[in-house]
Amino acid sequence: MTIGLNHSFTELSDYQPDEYCLLPIRFLSLDSNRYIVSNIAGNYQVMERPDLDDLVRHRLPVHSLLYDDLKANHFLADRDSNVYRDLLAAKYRTRQSRLPDFTSLHLFVVTLRCDHSCQYCQVSRVSEDRAAFDMSKETAGHAIALMLESPSRQLKVEFQGGEPLLNFDLIRYIVLEVERLADGREMQFVITSNLSPLTDEILEFAAAHKIFFSTSLDGPADLHNRNRPRPGGDSHARAVTGIERIRRRLGHNAVAALMTSTAESLKQPEAIIDEYVRLGFDSIFLRFISPYGFAAKTAKRIGYETDEFIGFFKSGLAYIVSLNQRGIRIRETYSTLLLQRMLTPYATSYVDLQSPAGIGISVLAYNYDGGVYAADEGRMLAEMGDQTFRLGSVRNSYEELFANSPIFSTISDTMLEGLPGCCDCALLPYCGSDPVFHHRTQGDVIGHRPTSAFCRRNMEIMRHLIRLLEDEPHTAAVLRTWI
Amino acid sequence: MELHARIPLTPGTATFIARLTEDAPRDRDVLLVRGDSTLLRVGMPPSCRDIQLPETLSYLRAGDIVRINEGAGHIRVVYRRNSPHNVLFFTERCNSRCLMCSQPPREIEDGYLIDEILEAIPLMSRATPELCITGGEPTLLGDRLLEVIERTKRHLPNTSLHMLSNGRLFRYMHLARRIAEAGHPNFMIGIPLYSDIASKHDFVVQAKGAFDETVRGIMNLARVGQRLEIRFVIHRQTSSRLAHTARFIARNLPFVDQVALMGLEMTGFTKANLEALWIDPIEYQTELRKAVEEFRRARIPVMIYNHQLCLLDKDLWPIARKSISDWKNVYMPECSPCRIKDQCGGFFASAHIRYSKHIIPFEEAAMV
Repeated sequence: MTIGLNHSFTELSDYQPDEYCLLPIRFLSLDSNRYIVSNIAGNYQVMERPDLDDLVRHRLPVHSLLYDDLKANHFLADRDSNVYRDLLAAKYRTRQSRLPDFTSLHLFVVTLRCDHSCQYCQVSRVSEDRAAFDMSKETAGHAIALMLESPSRQLKVEFQGGEPLLNFDLIRYIVLEVERLADGREMQFVITSNLSPLTDEILEFAAAHKIFFSTSLDGPADLHNRNRPRPGGDSHARAVTGIERIRRRLGHNAVAALMTSTAESLKQPEAIIDEYVRLGFDSIFLRFISPYGFAAKTAKRIGYETDEFIGFFKSGLAYIVSLNQRGIRIRETYSTLLLQRMLTPYATSYVDLQSPAGIGISVLAYNYDGGVYAADEGRMLAEMGDQTFRLGSVRNSYEELFANSPIFSTISDTMLEGLPGCCDCALLPYCGSDPVFHHRTQGDVIGHRPTSAFCRRNMEIMRHLIRLLEDEPHTAAVLRTWI
Repeated sequence: MELHARIPLTPGTATFIARLTEDAPRDRDVLLVRGDSTLLRVGMPPSCRDIQLPETLSYLRAGDIVRINEGAGHIRVVYRRNSPHNVLFFTERCNSRCLMCSQPPREIEDGYLIDEILEAIPLMSRATPELCITGGEPTLLGDRLLEVIERTKRHLPNTSLHMLSNGRLFRYMHLARRIAEAGHPNFMIGIPLYSDIASKHDFVVQAKGAFDETVRGIMNLARVGQRLEIRFVIHRQTSSRLAHTARFIARNLPFVDQVALMGLEMTGFTKANLEALWIDPIEYQTELRKAVEEFRRARIPVMIYNHQLCLLDKDLWPIARKSISDWKNVYMPECSPCRIKDQCGGFFASAHIRYSKHIIPFEEAAMV
């Protein structure tokens, strides 16, 4: 009875059904008594075990607070409404809305030559032999033509190496050619560089053509220089000078930095983060080392176990949050991506963590020698003699590369929605498929979830973020400002 | 401020819409003759006649539009040139029956209202900033709604249109599509959503299935690119799901252009359901803050209507709007010493029957 309701109006209870049905949900234990429950749209709710039991056994008291929350989250439905179908469909469509764009990221490996001999890189060559390791104009021309066949309205060209600035003439050629042929498409250019060969001429060209830079910064000078040796041992100083010059000429945000973590890095998350803050970056990506470019013998020296990385990630994240609480604005990039997936309905783009996998359909790499690869890691594997992710050559037509390409069966075989161990996982809406990683580490694009380092790392990071959101309101308040 | 008055009864005369003027009258104009009392001079000499303008309407000025019905001895103000709160009242009919309706619906034949609106639009000033389409439920008029949109677009190209609709009929895609095709450049539809739970919304609007119809309507309008506002009236039957509804909107309808969180107007059905609806706003401030936080996080612009500043967290002041139409906007005796009255939205005149026990004047000037 609603007290004070005029008799000519109908009571609330007349509008409320008395039974419910379950909508498709997945659940996963969070800790000893709590579960993460989620749906295809990425809504999640943490529930106590007895409540989850009641929910699935249709014993939940109808119209309790929990009932209403589960209903609003589209975990259950009753007869008063069926619009949840439209809402779930719209949310799922929104999350997948980048899929029809097809390949938007195009990597041009303009040279393999490099002045660095980084421990974790097996791809680059310290060599003067331009003919052997530089991309030719002709190859670049074919690659541009292929890229422009992509249906995507927005195309991002990323120059990779080696050290791409060692072949700056070709970068200039590609930028001018792409601009000439872009036909109104939205173009974005990024040069991934150690910044050591940066010149004023390059800066002027970048300013005129709105080119951004992405550089490597592994932390403070001693760690950075140890990870990234070059003649003179001054990699860090050169990177910092380069960052400052770019900012002066192109603006503060024209350069981003990426770190690669080695065993040495894992000992000093705070020093690495402090270095990013000192240099005025507002984000840092606490990045797992990928098992590509380096051989087994270096792996022993610089590699580490997944659990050590997880410890590093958690303490780094805690430190970043504490900096925010002291008024220093800096975000952790990977957490930000996952939080966006957990807390907002929008689509996110990150080629290394999506389902279907981004290989080929989100990213293509044009190697210096004209090989076309479905991922940056694919061309790195090729340097180690594994051609699994090679689609063909830039001299092939777009149709030859893509029609009946074996890459599509890999992509469909590795969609999380059908993978053993993934299809029932409550974290599926936030996760992605990484066939290249599993091929490399487990010898199979599908892989085995219980022994997958990828799975272990991502599940633990996601569980950690959900625990922080649930249990630590002060940390959660900071995390929510990142999305 | 009164919008209606009695005038002398003259049986057998026709009802008409007229614009007031103080200089040479043109077609459809009535001359305001100022003297000891104000006269409305109808028609051109020598066949003109004068109607005494009631004292309560003495504020009328040139450019204002009135409806004169001498047959029933009645004059109604249709439009005030200098008011930011002009309303096009479409109909008294409605397909919902909200617990707190300020304009209780009546199932009557009132098609003449829309005829008069169509007649009045060309007489309005081109400088009119905004017109609000309201009812009843304006979409019940179907084609005639589209005529009004097209006519305002043609005669008042600089005027923005804001329509209050329950959105239910927009579940039919063809109606949404036709609104889009009318192509009004500055048209916003405000649609109420009172809960994230269908049965609770349906209870508030007293119509089974209304939640689904409204949500589908909102989705259809978004699909055709219509600008949308979601309105939420806070009262005892809605306040407990306010923050949840905010999250629901952020998650499911994040494309809406703005959200208005509104205080209760103590008139119409609200009076009949007073004890079921009344809640002192001080009791829901936590929910209100949580809801605003949800919208801010989702980057959905949010505004608070019909609330007094002394009840709101200072953090919410920048989004509190002076939303009550000038003709029904009052302040309470407690407010007289308040130094920031001019920044505060005040009360509906109807609030005299019940208002917060926590109205406290700011005796020191406070900064907004």
